[in-house]
Amino acid sequence: MSYLEYTVKSVPTGLRKIFYLNWPLVLLLTAVAGTGFLMLYSVAGGGYDPWAEPQIKRFAIGLVLMIAVGLVPVWLWRNLAGVAYSVSIALLIGVEFFGSVGMGAQRWIDLGFMRLQPSELTKITLVMFLAAYYDWLPTKKTSRPFWVLLPLIFILVPTALVLKQPDLGTAILLLAAGGGLMFLAGVHWAYFATVLAAFIGLVTTVFKSRGTSWQMLQNYQFRRIDTFLDPSTDPLGAGYHITQSKIALGSGGWTGRGFMQGTQSRLNFLPEKHTDFIFTTLAEEFGFLGGVSLLTLYALIIVFCVASAVMNKDRFASLLTLGVALNFFLFFSVNMSMVMGLAPVVGVPLPLVSYGGSAMLVLMLAFGLVQSAHVHRPR
Amino acid sequence: MRRSRADTDASHGKLSRRAALLGGAQLLFMGGLAARMRYLQVDQADQFRLLAEENRINIRLIPPKRGEIFDRNGMQLAQNVPSYRIVIVREDAGDVEDVMARLAPLIDLTEEQQKTALAELNRSAPFLPVTIAENVSWDAVSAVSVNAPALPGVSPEVGSTRVYPRGSDFAHVVGRVGRVSQKDLDALEDPDAVLRIPRFHIGKINVEAREEALLRGTAGTKQVEVNATGRVMRELARREGQSGADLQLTLDAKLQNYVQARLAGESAAVVIIDCEKGDVVANASAPSYDPNLFIGGILSRDYDPLLNSRYRPLVNKTVQGAYPPASTFKMMTAMAAIEEGIIGADETVYCPGYLEVGGRRFHCWKRGGHGWLDLEGSLKHSCDVYYYDLALKVGIEKISAMAQRFGLGIRHDLPLSSVNSGLLPTKDWKLRQRGESWVIGDTVNASIGQGFMLASPLQLAVMTARIATGREVMPRIVKSVNGIEESVRGNRSLDMKEQNLRRMRKAMYAVVNDRRGTGYRSRIIAEGMRMAGKTGTSQVRSAIVNNNEVPWEQRDHALFVGFAPYDTPRFACAVLVEHGGGGSTVAAPIARDAMLQALYNGEPPLDAYPTADRGRIKTQQQQLRDVKPDARINKGKNQA
Repeated sequence: MSYLEYTVKSVPTGLRKIFYLNWPLVLLLTAVAGTGFLMLYSVAGGGYDPWAEPQIKRFAIGLVLMIAVGLVPVWLWRNLAGVAYSVSIALLIGVEFFGSVGMGAQRWIDLGFMRLQPSELTKITLVMFLAAYYDWLPTKKTSRPFWVLLPLIFILVPTALVLKQPDLGTAILLLAAGGGLMFLAGVHWAYFATVLAAFIGLVTTVFKSRGTSWQMLQNYQFRRIDTFLDPSTDPLGAGYHITQSKIALGSGGWTGRGFMQGTQSRLNFLPEKHTDFIFTTLAEEFGFLGGVSLLTLYALIIVFCVASAVMNKDRFASLLTLGVALNFFLFFSVNMSMVMGLAPVVGVPLPLVSYGGSAMLVLMLAFGLVQSAHVHRPR
Repeated sequence: MRRSRADTDASHGKLSRRAALLGGAQLLFMGGLAARMRYLQVDQADQFRLLAEENRINIRLIPPKRGEIFDRNGMQLAQNVPSYRIVIVREDAGDVEDVMARLAPLIDLTEEQQKTALAELNRSAPFLPVTIAENVSWDAVSAVSVNAPALPGVSPEVGSTRVYPRGSDFAHVVGRVGRVSQKDLDALEDPDAVLRIPRFHIGKINVEAREEALLRGTAGTKQVEVNATGRVMRELARREGQSGADLQLTLDAKLQNYVQARLAGESAAVVIIDCEKGDVVANASAPSYDPNLFIGGILSRDYDPLLNSRYRPLVNKTVQGAYPPASTFKMMTAMAAIEEGIIGADETVYCPGYLEVGGRRFHCWKRGGHGWLDLEGSLKHSCDVYYYDLALKVGIEKISAMAQRFGLGIRHDLPLSSVNSGLLPTKDWKLRQRGESWVIGDTVNASIGQGFMLASPLQLAVMTARIATGREVMPRIVKSVNGIEESVRGNRSLDMKEQNLRRMRKAMYAVVNDRRGTGYRSRIIAEGMRMAGKTGTSQVRSAIVNNNEVPWEQRDHALFVGFAPYDTPRFACAVLVEHGGGGSTVAAPIARDAMLQALYNGEPPLDAYPTADRGRIKTQQQQLRDVKPDARINKGKNQA
């Protein structure tokens, strides 16, 4: 039971809801985004152009969007979950035929004012849909094979479509987020053990498929894995990203080289320094302390989300909050692992910090759902 | 679906447990990330910092200025002159083809040159300057500068190129430089990094090559910060290098020019040495070539004739050539005999025109014989039999040992390429090298500088200087380095009886100044400038036929060695004319003319010559005075 119980016994209504938003979470999100603005200002060589300014505007829009979504009753979102999921599947199929391709990976639909990546949207709608599913499903049926197979299909359909784009990073995130949600919903341990065993088998098969007619991954995907396993084999080619990223990180030391003093990013040795590798710039310029500070902010966001979910007696709201938090966690942990050389380069941005419109808006939308769950929790 | 209160509680309890579990796992993973960050940023920080610095800092070499070379009077023999090239930076040019079209008529670019330049521009990084034309004239540079507003991205760059203003005169002394080749790099154990600079020049032969260490200097460095594409962002630090040392040579450019001109048309070599310090004042090898042609690569149109000429212009005959010294060696045979006490002051030998040794008859050049001769007479007439006789008494070992003391058979250490050590045969040598034992006939041949005996013109000049001074004159070519005089090497006494040397010199005096001497026609008649010397004619073929009747390649080599003035020797010289015929008719006049130039510092009065020659000499002097060294100095196409 929350501290609010002592003051208000019922769900707040109207604009008064604003006072019941999870304000610490809002502050944390703003702090993370602020770090992003700072880094975007730095990698532009000390200018709001071309990245910091649009990013600030987008975050402002995102903030408004988040609060707006937060004020909408959470049961409305639950009722919309099926529709939202269906729409995003439709968009994923549509983008196969009508979308544009950029950077050889993500596909988007140009909406005029922004480029919508259906795969980004799907991360949220999948969570919503699964949360709604488990809210609907009687608890005792949770671990029955049929009722396990069903959500698995809900997960695998968008995953397969995203993999087709081909966007390996997002596909893995979808799979992990979906699986995580099933775990949270209380699916039996044995299923996860089985899947783990099957996964190991699959990885072996995928590697065996290399060079054969039934090759299961693109050649560049194989090369990325090779490079990840041993970046030094190709320091100027495919391993360049990881090698340079590690150099930038490592040269930061305890306190970094100073704001706008990072030679690796300023002299363009870092690839994609304003998007996927922005954490490297942060770590180079503000050192270990700067990196750990951001990591702490992220950790606090996770902690606040988990706390909010645990306090919430509503099953949909709780699962939704945890799902969003899990997604967020997967986002930044995959990105950080990547730039630290712990994971292959898969093209996952650092949430709220990397430059990019659709990822930022979708994330703020998701935190809007978290806010909605928080505001409308049963008291 | 409405749930029961119990169901809700149970499911929420399970959800909370799993949420805590998953949340805990997430925090654990973040802890792992922090640990990894700590490992990279704290534990390995130094290593990565170093790698980051390596990434960003490039060390660029600043090529040092090469030392220049001067003659003994300060006349420039090798100099650095600015050379201009036109470069284009693509990113500054904008429309490269448009700019090229406007640039082409200004600097006379052919269609083909434009095409290759455009291809290179499109290939290289946009910020890198691409050379469009090299060695362009100052006029072209001005034209480009004046039209700069219409030629964005185009700029003239100044470099330095080596020029030899004395052209062919000093090719065989100063030598030349050229682009560093892979062969040059392979030859060095630890090549200086500066050699890898494009367009860097290294000494290829002679002084330029042998004094490379002095001339090159040391490179300066500048540290520049570059970005990932290699663009220079700024200069961080600069350390100036050290220019190469300027060398002053012992040679006299005016004399050298005269001698080279005097040798025109011959395949010949002349060395003139200052007796006092061993300074080589002239070192001429004809024909010569223009070293300027080699700078920046010689065309085969120019190179093939040099390579294929039978006169071998690329060979420095003064030190690389080894020839039978012939009669010029007779002084050595005589000195060996005198020092051994074998010939007394008035002792005479009878020359019947031949000497029978071991059943074989060795002829004197004069079939009829010279009759009774003393030392002076024998040298004056260049009688062979006299020396056959001496050699048989002294033996080859003592003759060779004596010759070595006079500088034959040893490699004089001069900064020239391929200095030949000549050959002084001994019994040991023949057994070792040929596997045959020495026979008496070898001694007979050696006594008159034939057979196995070989000497370079430089060695003969040194020998003559040593006879003239009685000291161990060591030749040298470098007079001073950066204005600091080089010490004179050797110059100790030869440790021979002065009266014996005097006797030798007197005989040599007779060779040139006695009416019946072989060099009489080439005497100097100015008092106090008289020359002493010895002619030589070294046989190339065995049969004795008149020189004019055989092809050039089979004619005898003409030799002359001499010193002057007789009383107080200042200069010693050696002249060799390949296949020139007789020493007295061909080599001696050259020696006399060259020595007079040296003695009178380029202005010999006509009355130093014998009366009969004066008319001919006058015209010759006028002709030679105006001969400019053959030098094609590339100052650009428009400035021809």
